[in-house]
Amino acid sequence: MTDWPILSTVIFLPMVGVLLLLFMRDDTAHGRQNVMIISLVTTVLTFLVSLFVWAGFDGNNPDFQLVEQYYWLGRGITYHVGVDGISMLFVVLAAFLMPFGVLTSWNAITMRVKEYMIAFLVLETLIVGVFASLDLVLFYVFFEASLIPMFLIIGVWGGPRRIYASLKFFLYTLLGSIFMLVGILVMYSEAGTTSIPELLKHSFSPEMQTWLWLAFFVSFAVKVPMWPFHTWLPDAHVEAPTAGSVDLAALLLKFGGYGFLRFSLPMFPLASERFAPLILVLSVIAIIYASLVALMQSDIKKMIAYSSVAHMGYVTMGIYAVNQQGIHGAIFQMLSHGVISGALFLCVGIVYERTHTREISQYGGLVNNMPRYATAFMIFTMANVGLPGTSAFVGEFLATIGIFQVSIWTGVFATTGVVLSAAYMLWLYRRMIFGPADKPKMMALTDITMREHFIVWPLIAVTIFFGIYPSPVFDVSTASVDQLINNFQAAVHAAASANPAAK
Amino acid sequence: MNSDLFLTSLHLSFPELILAVGALILLMVGVFSGERSGKLVSVLAMIVFAIAFFWLLFIPAQGLGWGGVYKADGFARFMKLLALFGSFVALFMSIGHAKENQLDKFEFPVLVVLSTLGIMVMISANDLISLYLGLELQSLSIYVIAAINRDSLKSTEAGLKYFVLGALSSGMLLYGMSLVYGFTGHTNFADIAQALSADGGRSLGLIFGLVFILAGLAFKISAVPFHMWTPDVYEGAPTAVTAFLASAPKVAAMSMLVRVVITAFLPLLIDWQQIIVFIAIASMLLGSFAAIGQHNIKRLMAYSSIGNMGYVLVGLSAGTPAGVSGVMLYMLIYVIMTLGSFAVIMSMRRQDGTVVEEIDDLAGMSTTSPFMAMVLTATMFSLAGIPPLAGFFAKYFVFMAAVDAKLYALAVIGFLTSVIGCYYYLRIVKVMWFDKPVGQFAEPSGSLKLVFGLSGLFMIVYIFVGGPIGGAVDLAAATLF
Repeated sequence: MTDWPILSTVIFLPMVGVLLLLFMRDDTAHGRQNVMIISLVTTVLTFLVSLFVWAGFDGNNPDFQLVEQYYWLGRGITYHVGVDGISMLFVVLAAFLMPFGVLTSWNAITMRVKEYMIAFLVLETLIVGVFASLDLVLFYVFFEASLIPMFLIIGVWGGPRRIYASLKFFLYTLLGSIFMLVGILVMYSEAGTTSIPELLKHSFSPEMQTWLWLAFFVSFAVKVPMWPFHTWLPDAHVEAPTAGSVDLAALLLKFGGYGFLRFSLPMFPLASERFAPLILVLSVIAIIYASLVALMQSDIKKMIAYSSVAHMGYVTMGIYAVNQQGIHGAIFQMLSHGVISGALFLCVGIVYERTHTREISQYGGLVNNMPRYATAFMIFTMANVGLPGTSAFVGEFLATIGIFQVSIWTGVFATTGVVLSAAYMLWLYRRMIFGPADKPKMMALTDITMREHFIVWPLIAVTIFFGIYPSPVFDVSTASVDQLINNFQAAVHAAASANPAAK
Repeated sequence: MNSDLFLTSLHLSFPELILAVGALILLMVGVFSGERSGKLVSVLAMIVFAIAFFWLLFIPAQGLGWGGVYKADGFARFMKLLALFGSFVALFMSIGHAKENQLDKFEFPVLVVLSTLGIMVMISANDLISLYLGLELQSLSIYVIAAINRDSLKSTEAGLKYFVLGALSSGMLLYGMSLVYGFTGHTNFADIAQALSADGGRSLGLIFGLVFILAGLAFKISAVPFHMWTPDVYEGAPTAVTAFLASAPKVAAMSMLVRVVITAFLPLLIDWQQIIVFIAIASMLLGSFAAIGQHNIKRLMAYSSIGNMGYVLVGLSAGTPAGVSGVMLYMLIYVIMTLGSFAVIMSMRRQDGTVVEEIDDLAGMSTTSPFMAMVLTATMFSLAGIPPLAGFFAKYFVFMAAVDAKLYALAVIGFLTSVIGCYYYLRIVKVMWFDKPVGQFAEPSGSLKLVFGLSGLFMIVYIFVGGPIGGAVDLAAATLF
């Protein structure tokens, strides 16, 4: 078992499902069901295999593990994958969320089911690949290629303004990542390698670091998305089908935060130190501004999209606090936000499938005829607010502690986001679930079905389990985070002590 | 010249001899079997290409021939294989569709063979004279081919336009050559390089000559500001001819440009580098902006090819082995992408046989002709340079060479134009996937299906076979330095 290329198995197992699907027909109801079953089995199997990654991972070892390296393109570009304490859990998260995407699409997608599922499974391969790559070019290929299936998912199966949203999504994020590509080329010409472990040991000159940091920043800031680079996100979320929104919010957004942790912070420590105030300011603006905008939304998905922007603000803030609490908080917040925002979009998908409207004002009084749904939705609402006992609390709390050690004012402003998030989420809950039972269309809705139980309960279990007992996450990430912080501080100190000497 | 040298020269240029003798025989066959022999001659011409291709592939020869005006090396071999492949596929695609555009005349394949002969001579030219000979043989054949559908106003217009502007560019080229000869006293590339690296080799008149030569060559690869003929000729010429025009001759002109600046003018690197950088930026900008407003897919491909030539020149502007190998790899991928997309364009005919060329006619193709739509989607994403498709790696390696040579501004501008260019490629994908179908396409012929199927497959599997291909290209590029 030890020699088995387990990471590549997780990456490419969905492609096996794609191969099977290519030979399927989806023009009958029966055929469509088979397509769904194959996709579900593939994603569940992938998740089970990904658990072996977690099991085979040694939490005390801060370096990359389960490494595989093969000849690929020559000129130093290799197929090189591996995980450390930072990336491993994202691999598991991606594999964990995919089956829910299939389940929620079961009845929601009626046309071109086969193509939809192929796009979906390809996307899974690419997402897992991003988190597992240890070669810059390989990383970029996975990172950028994920635009193609997402573009098609939004554009073909999306809402009324899908064409605008898909083009905006594609071009906006492409424009951002193009700068990273220039950065990658420059790094290759400086260091002569694209291997991430080797680049982590290479120290770039301070001036070079500044430019490279900016290049990577544009790319990741668009992905996160940080204010003011977030405008593509609400459009993409609103128009995407439910499973597309889930992937977008839960996984694609994590590329940005992961990128900061993997590249910007360890490879360009001096530039990171220099630009940290910028990031903190942008993060705080994101938290407050996006929360205020979320308050005023009339569309449920748009509100959750803006809430994502606000919550990702905690992530970038925690990362650039560069201390143990901050980075742990950021990682935990990304994982927890992946589960919770995914769950919220799935919940919206459940009612959208019945009513085909996302207008908050159309809803009301759902508690009367959908009590189970109301319960599940309440748990996720509370989790999104960051109630203690849910996983979001752990992440936000740690990130805030981290920031208070660095800058009290940033911390003060950031904490207002918790109040604001309670305001918009509770208000949303009141308008949708409570209120008078006077809308006949809403009263006719049936409560969640068996399939939907399978969607919400595992997510509730995960949210609460990690809210009460977060140690499994910290057990695997501590060693890598410590190493990252130590290297960062060593680099900053070295530069600080070298500078006076030069003068 | 003693007999040994003569035999060596013959051996070196044997693939050219195959084409030359083949063209003459084909002409005889055509003349003797009359009007209806178009198809037969086409098949025979393909056989001639195949023989020359495999000869080059399995019996590689290296060295100088014919008194130093002809050079066979790894670079030439690679580019010739690519050109032969392009001509072969273009001819293969034309066979099923020869009737409607009067391509069923036997002169068409003969002219393609002759033009390819010119192409091979150009690629191997090691002297200004042999370069010009090859260039003219290639161009004159193409002028006729472009206008071969003489009853079509557009086709004759395309031919005439190409001829007038082409003659102008040949004139400029010749003028530049005469200046270079006048100021260095040599026409042989190696001798020119030697004269230039000597003290005082660089003079104003020589720079003038260099500029004229580059202008003439830029015309042939349709780089801005010498691109005006491209959209009209692409649109006007029969599609099979356009497919040919866009592949093998581009390979030839590009390899000629590479050879001239690298082997003859490398000592003047800083002089020609700024010209190439300017042409590259202008081509990338025009290629990406001007294509946005196009409705005709052939015109769009013309602007796309202008833009692509800009990207190729980015690699060349580095003036390093990595740059040249980026150029070669780009040309390889570009030729395959182009042939694939023209195979799809040739398949754009309704069930009642009408030929359509508008982008909007592709609407809803993903439901009506899923396979074709899939291939065109892969090709468009590849042309846009989105990984994991082949086009991304083509762009990656040319830009890597540019960044290595510290041409950062060029790289940034190039990438930005590729985002803009992405818009119009995405528009085609959008029309195919997101829009409602407007009409059924007829089932494409088997040969076209084969061509675009293989091209689409190449786009996708390049990511698995890129290593060995890149290695082979690197080896071939190294022979130039």
